[in-house]
This record gives sequence, C-alpha cells and structure tokens, in this order.
Amino acid sequence: MYVYDEFDWAFLEQRVAEFRDQVRRRLAGELTEDEFKLLRLLNGVYLQLHAYMLRIGIPYGTLSSEQLRALAHVARTYDRGYGHFTTRQNIQFHWIKLEQLPDAMGYLAQHRLHGIQTSGNSIRNVTTDQWAGVTPEEIEDPRIWAELIRQHTTLHPEFSFLPRKFKIAITASAHDRAAIKIHDISLRLYRNAEGEAGFEVGVGGGLGRIPYLAQTIKPFLPRRDLLSYIEAILRVYNQYGRRDNIHKARIKILVHQIGVEKFAEEVEAEWQTIRDGPLALEPSVVAEIATRFRYPAYETLVDNPDALTSARLTDRAFATWFNACVNRHKVRGYAIVTLSLKPEGGTPGDATAEQMDAIADLADRYSCGEIRVGHEQNLVLPNVRQRDLVELWRALDAIGVALPNINLASDIIACPGLDYCSLANARSIPVAQELTRRFRDLDVARNLGRLHINISGCINACGHHHVGHIGILGVEKNGEEFYQVTIGGRADEKAELGALIGPAVPYADVANVVEDIAAAYLELRERSDELFIDTVKRLGVEPFRERVYATRQAG
Amino acid sequence: MTSPLEQKLKVKGPVVVTANRTRDGIVIYRTADAGWTTDLAEAAIVTTTPAAQELLKGAVADDVGAVQAYVAPVEMTADRRVLPGNLRERIRVAGPTIALPVGA
Repeated sequence: MYVYDEFDWAFLEQRVAEFRDQVRRRLAGELTEDEFKLLRLLNGVYLQLHAYMLRIGIPYGTLSSEQLRALAHVARTYDRGYGHFTTRQNIQFHWIKLEQLPDAMGYLAQHRLHGIQTSGNSIRNVTTDQWAGVTPEEIEDPRIWAELIRQHTTLHPEFSFLPRKFKIAITASAHDRAAIKIHDISLRLYRNAEGEAGFEVGVGGGLGRIPYLAQTIKPFLPRRDLLSYIEAILRVYNQYGRRDNIHKARIKILVHQIGVEKFAEEVEAEWQTIRDGPLALEPSVVAEIATRFRYPAYETLVDNPDALTSARLTDRAFATWFNACVNRHKVRGYAIVTLSLKPEGGTPGDATAEQMDAIADLADRYSCGEIRVGHEQNLVLPNVRQRDLVELWRALDAIGVALPNINLASDIIACPGLDYCSLANARSIPVAQELTRRFRDLDVARNLGRLHINISGCINACGHHHVGHIGILGVEKNGEEFYQVTIGGRADEKAELGALIGPAVPYADVANVVEDIAAAYLELRERSDELFIDTVKRLGVEPFRERVYATRQAG
Repeated sequence: MTSPLEQKLKVKGPVVVTANRTRDGIVIYRTADAGWTTDLAEAAIVTTTPAAQELLKGAVADDVGAVQAYVAPVEMTADRRVLPGNLRERIRVAGPTIALPVGA
C-alpha cells in the first residue's frame, strides 16, 4: 500500500474544505450552476438522471481493507447501500446528495480517497494491472511509476485545462490486463535486449465516437525519462489539440490528423528541451516513492500444500472455482484470487456495502489487508495463502462473489447505461443481466471458453464495446433502443477493434443475437481449444454474419 | 435517446419542463405557479413551442433551485393521467428499470 505523507494529508484536507465552501456558496446562490459545474467536475461530481454521482479514483486499483470499509460506510450513510466499480479502476456512488457531498468527501479523505481528477478535462486516474506487484509475469511493480505520474499530474497547473480528458495506463507484464492500447498514453514496462528496463510508449488510443488504438512513438524510453517524456506529449497535445469541437478534442484525433510520425517528431523536439531538466528521475526519487509502498511480510510457504491438492481432487465445485478464479503469485505458497462481481441477473461491477465490509474482513484475514480493482469490474484478493483457499472460497461463496465465471460469457463488462447515465441512449445493464441468464450454465460457458462481452449504452464507450470479443453498443432509432453488435475486438496485448456484424437489432433481440454468435462459433471453430477470438481472427466476420443474420434477414 | 439537452426545442404534443433539484439532484417538474414539484401529475403541461419556451425560461431563471432544466414529452391518457413520454423520462420518474442491489 502507498503511505501518505503530511503533504498528502494536508492537501486533501484543504481540498475538502474548499469544496465544502463551494457547495455552501452554490446552495446559497452565490455560485451559478455554470460556475459550479466546473468546480464539481474537478472533484468527480456529475449530475446524472436521478441524482448526483460521485466518482472516486482508486489509484492503480489498489485498496486497503480500511479503505474498502470507508467506501462501504459512504455507500450506507450517503448513498443507497451499494457502489459501482467502473472500467477505469474507479468506484461510483449514484445517489449522492449535493448537500451531503462535503461530509462524504471529508470521510473519504480521512481514508486517502477522493474524486480529484476523476472527471473534467484533466489527467484521470492512472490505471494499471490489478495484479501489479504480485504477478510473477511482471518485471517490476508498475504502481511505483503510476504513483510518480499521479503525483506529477495531480493539479499540474499547465495541464489543468487540457482540450479534453486524458487517460494513462501502464503494465509491466507481457500479458496486458490494463487495456493500455485504448488509452491516450499507453506504457509497457519491459526489458530490452540489453536487459535494461524501460517503457514502450504509445499515444492516441481511445474509444468513443472515433476509436483508435495507441500507436508506439517511443519503442524504448529509459525509466529516468518517464515524466519528461509524458510532459512533452502533454505539451504537444495541449498546444495543438482542438478545443473548438468536443468530438475532435482527444489526442487520438490530433495524432490521426497530423500523423503519428509528425506527432512523434513534435514530442521529440519538445522532449529534448526538458529531458535533462528537473523532471529527469533520479534513482533516489524513485526509491523514495518505492519505499512508500508497503508490501506484506510474506511467510515462507510451499506451493500446492496437501490440503489444497486434496480439495482440488475431491471437491468438484472448489476445483471449478480454483481453475476459474485463482492465479499464480510471485511468492511461493500464495495465490491471486479474483472475486466475481458478475452474479447471474446482477449489475456488472456493483457491490453492496455489506459485501464491501465482508470482503474487507476477508482481505484482513486472508490477503494481508489488500484488495484490488480491475478494469473488468471484478475485485481481487492479491495475497492469499494457498493453504487458505478452501476456507476463503467458502466465505466468498457465502457473500455471492465466488461465481467461477471469470473470463467467461457471463463475466460481462457494462457501463451504467440509460438506467443511470444522462449521456446514454440505451440501457446496458438489463442486456448484461439477460446475457448472464442465457449463459448461466457454466458447462455451456466453459465450452465457449474465454469470451469477453462488453456493453456500452452510448458511443462514449465506457463499457469498452469496441474491444469486446463481442461488443454491444446501444443506439436510439426513432425513440427505441437498438443495439449494434461487433465481434473480434480485444483489449489485451493483441488489441484490436471489433467489426460490425450486421444491422442493429432491437432490445428484445440482442441476447438472441449473442447466443447465435456463440452457436456460430461452436460450429466454425477448428478445435475445441480454438478461442472465439481466434476463430473470428481466422475467418473474419462474414461466416458469423451469414449464420446470425440469415434467418433475421429472411424474417 | 439523444440527450434532451442537445435537442432543439420543437413541441409537437404535450410537454413539461423538468430538471434536477440542486440540493439533492432528484427529479423535479415545473409547476404552473412557477414552483417545482417532484410529482409529474402536478407539473404544468403545455402544448406549443412558445408556451414551452416561456415555461423553460422561468425554470432556467431559477438557477438556485434547479439544475439543467429542459423540455420533456409527456403522454396524456384517456383518464387524464400524465405519463412520461419516452424511456428516458420513464426511467427518471420510476428509477432504474433493474432491481437495485439488496440493501439499496
């Protein structure tokens, strides 16, 4: 866990006091909504269909048990008893009252939580791999670099009014769990042929109305240059990014319009003027940040203790959960455990206050007090002793978060959609809920294998539908909800944008279409272990279109 | 549904003016006596563009009490009940179409 210093505490305290005064002035009529809107957005406060919404950043997806309890308290005291984990390692409360927001924020600040730069045209929460620091795949903990970026870009005076919002993601593993390619800046930490660690830097990723994947502009950036290079990218964007048209203001449009080579040249020129200045990261600075991450005192244990092996052999339900939800840890005798927030008929990413409290307790007992949040809208207990897995599984099952559907068809990513969001054109959640019912049979789902379904209720693409293996986008046609369906997208290290499979279908038919796509895949795959995404890659969209739309067109 | 805030005002049937209450964000409707109500049945209903513009003008002027006022369609039933005119407004009146998590 990252430990605050006195500056961090003072800063948050001042920010809460400032916002409290702003709310007072707004309610007293001393600030107009136009004046106040900018201020509330700086603190993560939106106005949605039914109420204000507070978005709280969870830097690099890491929460302590104490912080999760604080979120549960806010859910219970100031909201309606639940929270919604988003696709960017944030949590949202959808029913919060403006007059109570300062108290809620004050409480959260006591637990190192806030909504600063979770909205508006700012540099948003820096996201990373939810397995950071514990996966054996990574070359080092990317959260240290995420924290450096967070500190540098929080309230950065030069970048407080960017043309548009700006998102940065970082991974240090070969397998990308942070969906870095769909971010304004993508950072992949790796070792080059000489064994030196550095970043592959990409720019211009982003979904929304005009989706692009990030393109590499710096194949290898030494770690010392991370902040200066990001600064150079932001300066070029800040100078040339469009402010006249909100739909063309993201950096992806700039990169596309001037060309990635030209953009890279501009960044390089800017960077050369600052790279050896104060932003050059001395090892002592990085080391100081690293010391403020507290790691558990791991015990000396063995892998696959007898009790675990025995349970896997004798308890089918446990073995199923183990195979779906448990992954290797970098420390022998430990495991990474994913908790599914995708129950049948539930809202993807929602957790009740009771669940949050219970998970916090389980984190204390079984995971060194730590919880992670992934962009897939599930939670993770990152430090579980393998010998405790059976006991933990029973406890997780008792609170409804042990469904073994991770990476299966019912592990759906979905935005809040028209049930909450004032930007949405159509509902997302009921579509997700219906699909969880259609794929409730886990034997059927496992036969389909890894299958990521992403749903967005509007073109802003908070549900990342462009990079879903099956992507569903809600649109409006003559006042009715319709859904466009794409296939072949993916968000990992082989990121691709999906392709439209056919005409939009009405609400009542969208789950049928997805089932038909799944059936077509079973018919088209070469082998039982050829993944859906690989079948689409091999054959393209057409064979799927033929099968899914033949009867619909005929009808 | 395209956000009503982005739509040009063109009234073709019965409409109301709706907004969110500043202090807590809940859905409110403009009344004939220039106040606000949380009950759609008590909302002022107009049927022409000039009348809607006038109602909206008064609503927008109350910047302290209400946020993001706009004109929304309604339907009148045979027994004179007022219903929201599209899905978005139905959701604003009745809440999410899904069951909220237990405890909510």
